[in-house]
Amino acid sequence: MSESTALEYLRVTDLHAFYGESHILHGIDFTVYRGELVTLLGRNGAGRTTTLKSILGLVGRRNGSIMVNGREVIQWPTHRIARLGVGYCPEERGIFSSLTTEENLTLPPRLTSEGMSLDEIYSMFPNLKERRRSQGTRLSGGEQQMLAMARILHTGARLLLLDEISEGLAPVIVQKLSEVILRLKDRGFTIVLVEQNFRFASTLADRMYVVERGRIAAEVRKDEINEKQQLLEELLGI
Amino acid sequence: MSEVFGIPLPALLGQLMLGLVNGCFYAMLSLGLAIIFGMLNIINFAHGALYMMGAVFTWIALAQFGIGYWWSLLLVPLVIALFGVMVERTMLRRLYKLDNLYGLLLTFGIALVTEGLFRHRYGVSGLPYSIPEAFSGTFNLGFMFLPKYRAWVIAASLLTCFTTWFVVERTQLGAYLRAATENPQLVQTFGINVPAMITITYAVGVGLAGLAGVLAAPATQISPLMGTNLIIVVFAVVVIGGMGSILGSIVTGLGLGLIEGLTKVFYSQASNSVVFLIMALVLLVRPAGLFGRER
Repeated sequence: MSESTALEYLRVTDLHAFYGESHILHGIDFTVYRGELVTLLGRNGAGRTTTLKSILGLVGRRNGSIMVNGREVIQWPTHRIARLGVGYCPEERGIFSSLTTEENLTLPPRLTSEGMSLDEIYSMFPNLKERRRSQGTRLSGGEQQMLAMARILHTGARLLLLDEISEGLAPVIVQKLSEVILRLKDRGFTIVLVEQNFRFASTLADRMYVVERGRIAAEVRKDEINEKQQLLEELLGI
Repeated sequence: MSEVFGIPLPALLGQLMLGLVNGCFYAMLSLGLAIIFGMLNIINFAHGALYMMGAVFTWIALAQFGIGYWWSLLLVPLVIALFGVMVERTMLRRLYKLDNLYGLLLTFGIALVTEGLFRHRYGVSGLPYSIPEAFSGTFNLGFMFLPKYRAWVIAASLLTCFTTWFVVERTQLGAYLRAATENPQLVQTFGINVPAMITITYAVGVGLAGLAGVLAAPATQISPLMGTNLIIVVFAVVVIGGMGSILGSIVTGLGLGLIEGLTKVFYSQASNSVVFLIMALVLLVRPAGLFGRER
């Protein structure tokens, strides 16, 4: 295996995805290196969420190539892909109402031995500790978002797919999420972040991809943000 | 002799005991329906036919292969569960994306076909199965006589119901099951093989019907029609308890058995309709059932 593929954690090539008759992704190509934080930016309906879902096989039909940690998974069922150490935090957060906070947290089985312990998680998210006996869906929006993230940290997933985690949250909570994400990066997690909030994304990301009509329209490295400002504004309408 | 409202106490207790035995069958069958509905969102109309198959297979095992009651108790539910795996893998699986009416129609069709086949082969006059030796005779409780086999049916089905409840509500496997009922896709992204879990759930649900069939074999007339007669009441039990509620189906099953027994004593003309009367009343007051949650 060459040096570059050894460092690659996720490589998506010519990915097409369909919901029933509608063709949503038209050949997405991007790569995420180990320990990197990459954001997928774009307008609503551009295909960012569908891209994340396709990586885990959660769309109706897909083709192309998805390599996770050097393995081709395009034909694999969702649960096998997850067991490679992929954690997914859905846009709607997916907190189970029939379970308490702590039951939500400990529900997913451990995928690797590297998962954070409950103590570590509670020190990162003190609110969750206070409310660990509450019904999961009784938590505030911000707490539910923390819970949805904490849940995949507990499993030992190394590649985190996070969908719109800052959406609908107060600025102070978004600030807190940024801190959490930076700590996760320090711990070596590889993160793909789908975002609407450009400021939130641009302070965190090593690289940004702009998705437009089911294709990658631009790639912007952290050090290029200023020189490509105009392009970004055009594409994102900001 | 002591009497209650002019009814001799032993007669009253005898009917209550019979009611409890019936209630045990209601509970086991509606429990299977509840876990299947919870996980697959399918109303398993084949449940009565599978219960009947359980009883007929028990008879076949003894009459044709010399396999006795105890082995049947173990093997027949397994055979029915395997049949369930086959049905789920080859047919039901294709229907999950459609309206759940299709699942109801398919399982209704399966019920009609299996009952037709068994009727063709074994007629409707009833097949005899004697009570296993260990359970012949009665216990003298002082105030009444309790046939040993009825005591066994009550004990075995209460144990089965409790075990199922415990697994679903108090274990990690049960937590996966409950979570998958809410959001199967998300549970699969945790690395859990949800399609296999669905197959197993269906197999366990119908296996419970098979087990009820074995327990019923020595206690009732084994006939290809025995499932049809029972399943209508069981569906009423499920509706009263609340679709998909585990505890609801157990408590309601036992409770309605007892109420039926009491009605037989005090106003026997109504004993066949009392369950449906209660169903109508419950639907008026709590449309989601006594233990059900509104969706």
